[in-house]
Amino acid sequence: MSLIQEPAIPLYDAVVKGYHTLSTAGADTEGVRRARQSAFDQWRLLGFPSIKNEDWKYTNITRYLKDEFALDGLVAGGGPVAAVAAPAGLVKKATIPGLDAFQVVLVNGVWDGKVHGASPKGELPKGIELLKVSQVLNDPAFAGYFGNGKWGNQHFAYLNTALFTDGLFIRVKDGAVIEKPLHVVHVFTADRNLLIQPRHVWVAGRNAEASVIESIVGGEGDVKLWVNSLMEIFAQTDSKLDHVVLQTAGTGVRLVQHTTVRQQKQSLYNNYTFTLPGAELVRNDLQARLEEDHTETHLYGLYLTAGGQLVDNHTLVDHQKPNCYSNELYKGVLLEKSTGVFNGKVYVHQDAQKTNAFQQNNNLVISKQATIDSKPELEIYADDVKCSHGSTVGQFSEEALFYLRARGIGEDTAKALLINAFAFDVTEKLRNEAVEHFVNELISQHIPSQTQA
Amino acid sequence: MLIIKNLHAEVEGKQILKGLNLTVNAGEVHAIMGPNGAGKSSLASVLAGRENYEVTEGEVWFEGKNLLEMAPEDRAREGVFLAFQYPVEIPGVSNINFLKTAIGEIRAYRNLPPLDAKAFLQLSKEKQKLVEFDAKLVNRSLNEGFSGGEKKRNEIFQLAMLEPLLSILDETDSGLDIDALRIVSKGVNKLRSPKNAFLIITHYQRLLEYIVPDFVHVLYDGRIVKSGTKELALELEEKGYDWLKEKEEVGTN
Repeated sequence: MSLIQEPAIPLYDAVVKGYHTLSTAGADTEGVRRARQSAFDQWRLLGFPSIKNEDWKYTNITRYLKDEFALDGLVAGGGPVAAVAAPAGLVKKATIPGLDAFQVVLVNGVWDGKVHGASPKGELPKGIELLKVSQVLNDPAFAGYFGNGKWGNQHFAYLNTALFTDGLFIRVKDGAVIEKPLHVVHVFTADRNLLIQPRHVWVAGRNAEASVIESIVGGEGDVKLWVNSLMEIFAQTDSKLDHVVLQTAGTGVRLVQHTTVRQQKQSLYNNYTFTLPGAELVRNDLQARLEEDHTETHLYGLYLTAGGQLVDNHTLVDHQKPNCYSNELYKGVLLEKSTGVFNGKVYVHQDAQKTNAFQQNNNLVISKQATIDSKPELEIYADDVKCSHGSTVGQFSEEALFYLRARGIGEDTAKALLINAFAFDVTEKLRNEAVEHFVNELISQHIPSQTQA
Repeated sequence: MLIIKNLHAEVEGKQILKGLNLTVNAGEVHAIMGPNGAGKSSLASVLAGRENYEVTEGEVWFEGKNLLEMAPEDRAREGVFLAFQYPVEIPGVSNINFLKTAIGEIRAYRNLPPLDAKAFLQLSKEKQKLVEFDAKLVNRSLNEGFSGGEKKRNEIFQLAMLEPLLSILDETDSGLDIDALRIVSKGVNKLRSPKNAFLIITHYQRLLEYIVPDFVHVLYDGRIVKSGTKELALELEEKGYDWLKEKEEVGTN
C-alpha cells in the first residue's frame, strides 16, 4: 500500500461533481446516456494518468493538472462557452496562402454551419456531407458511429466519451471523389480556464476519396485551455483518405488528441501530423486499426518543439489481418528546454501474415537542455512478416554546418537550412504544394532566433 | 591579396603548421605540393576557418584584413573560397537554393542589392555552361548521390557562381578520372583573371599539367621548404619527396 497521498486534482473533482448535471442536460437517447455513464464509471476508476502508467511513463502531466478548469457547458449562465465567435486573427493564422479548399471553422469544437470557399451559394459538392455531431448523436441512423465504448487504457478517451457535446461529422459518400481539400480550422478560445472536449467522426465511404487538412489554433493569452479531443475515422472498403494535422496552438493550450482510424479492406489512409512550438503540452494518440486485409497506412509526423514544450506522439499500428502495409516516419527537432516523446507501437496479430510494417523515428536535438525519449515497440505474433524499425538521436553535423558557412551562409541561416533539410523527408510527403510551402514557412519562422544551445 | 606570416596551427593539441610563410598576389596561381601529412589540407582548413584548428602563432592578412579574426562565413563573404576535398552531402537542401542563399548573404554583406530571380537564373545558366555542369544536378539535393567527379565539378560550379577573389582548391584532383580532371581544369582556367588568385593544393603533378601554376611551393613538416616555378613540380614528379626529407633532416641536424 502506498503511503504517499496523491495530491487532489481539481479537474477530477470538477468532473465528478459536474457529471450528473451535464450528462442529463441534453436530450440524449437511452443508448447515448448509457454509453456516457459507462465511460464515466470507467474514467472514475482510472482517473488521470500518471507516470506509473506505461503509456505515460515519459509524459508527466501532473503540473498541467494543478490549475482549475471549468467544464464546457457548466459555466456562468449555463450556456456553452462554445457559442462565441472565432477571433479573426486566429482564423487568419490558420489560413494557408494559396490553398484552394473548402474551409469550415469550429470554435471550441462547435461548427457554425458555414462553409467558406464553396460555390457562391455556400454549398459543398454532392458527395460530401458535413454535420454537427450534436445533430446526429441521437439519430438512430448514426448510432453505429458513436457506439464504441472500448477505449482500453485510454483515460482521456473515456473522459471525452462521458461528457463530449459537439464536433464535426464528415461523410464522404460511396464512390465520391472530392477533388478540393477540406480545411477544418479548430479555434480554441475562452475567457476562463476551460476543459473543451470535441468529438469528431469522419467516414470515408466505399471507393470514396478525400483530403482533409486540420489546423489547430488558439490559446494565445493567459487563459489555460485543456483540449481533450477524440476523433474516430472510418475508412471503408477501397476508400482513400489524406489527413493533415497542423498543431499550431499557443502556449495556453494543453492538447490531448486521440485519433482512431478503422480501416476496411484495401483502404488507404495517410496521416501527416505537424506539431509546432506553442502549446505547452501536446499528447497525440494516433491509432490505426487495420481491421481487414490489404490496407495501406502511412503515418508521417514532424515535431518541432521549443520553450518548455512537452510533445508526446504515441502511435499504434494494429495489424489484425493479412497483407496489410504500414509505413511510419516521425522526425523531431528539439529546441530550447523542450521535451519530445515518441512511442511507436506496431502490433502484428497472429492472423496478420504477409504484413509489411516499417517504422522510423529520427531526432535532431539542437539544445543541450532539450530531451527526447524515443521508444519503438514491436510485438509480432505472425511468422511470415516483414517488419523493421529504427530510432536515432543526433545533433547538427559540424561538417555540413562548416560547408554551408564556408560558402558565406551565416550560422543561423545555415542551421535553419539544415533543420529544413532534416524535416524535408516528412514535408515532401505532403501532396498539396500550398500546404507544403506553408509548413516549411512555419518551420523556418521558428528557427533563426532559437538555435542557440 | 594574401599574406601569411609565420603561421603556426595545431589540431587536437598536435602541431601541424610550424611557421608557414606565403604571399599570393592577384592574378597568380600558386600550387602547394608535398607528401602526405605535410599539412597541405590543414593550411586550407585554417584559411577557411575550420573550428577545430587553433592558430597558435603568426598572421594571415587578406586584402588588408585580419583573416584569422573572421568567422568562416565572413571569410567567404570577403572573397575566400575553399573547394572541399570531400564535399558534404546535404539531403533536403537543393543545390540551387543553397547557392541562392549563399549569394544573397554575400551580396547583403557587401551592401549590394539582392539578385532578382531572373538575374540569378541567368547567372546560373551562364556558369553551368562555363564549367560544363549538368543542369539536372543543379536542381538536386546538395551533392546527394553525386559521384566523386560530380561533387568536384559542383565545387567548381559553386566557385564560378560565387566569383571569389581567392580560391583554394584542396586536392580537387583526388578521385578524379582523366576526363573529369580535364573538365574541372578547363573550368578553373576559364575563371582565371588578373583580379583573382588560386591556391591549388595537390599531391600529384598531374593537375598542374592542366592548370599551369605561376609558382610551386613544397610544404613539408608544416613549413614551405622550397619554392620555384612550374619546373619544380616536374622535378618533384621525377624525384618524389624523399630527397627533400633528407635535405630537411640534414638541415635541421
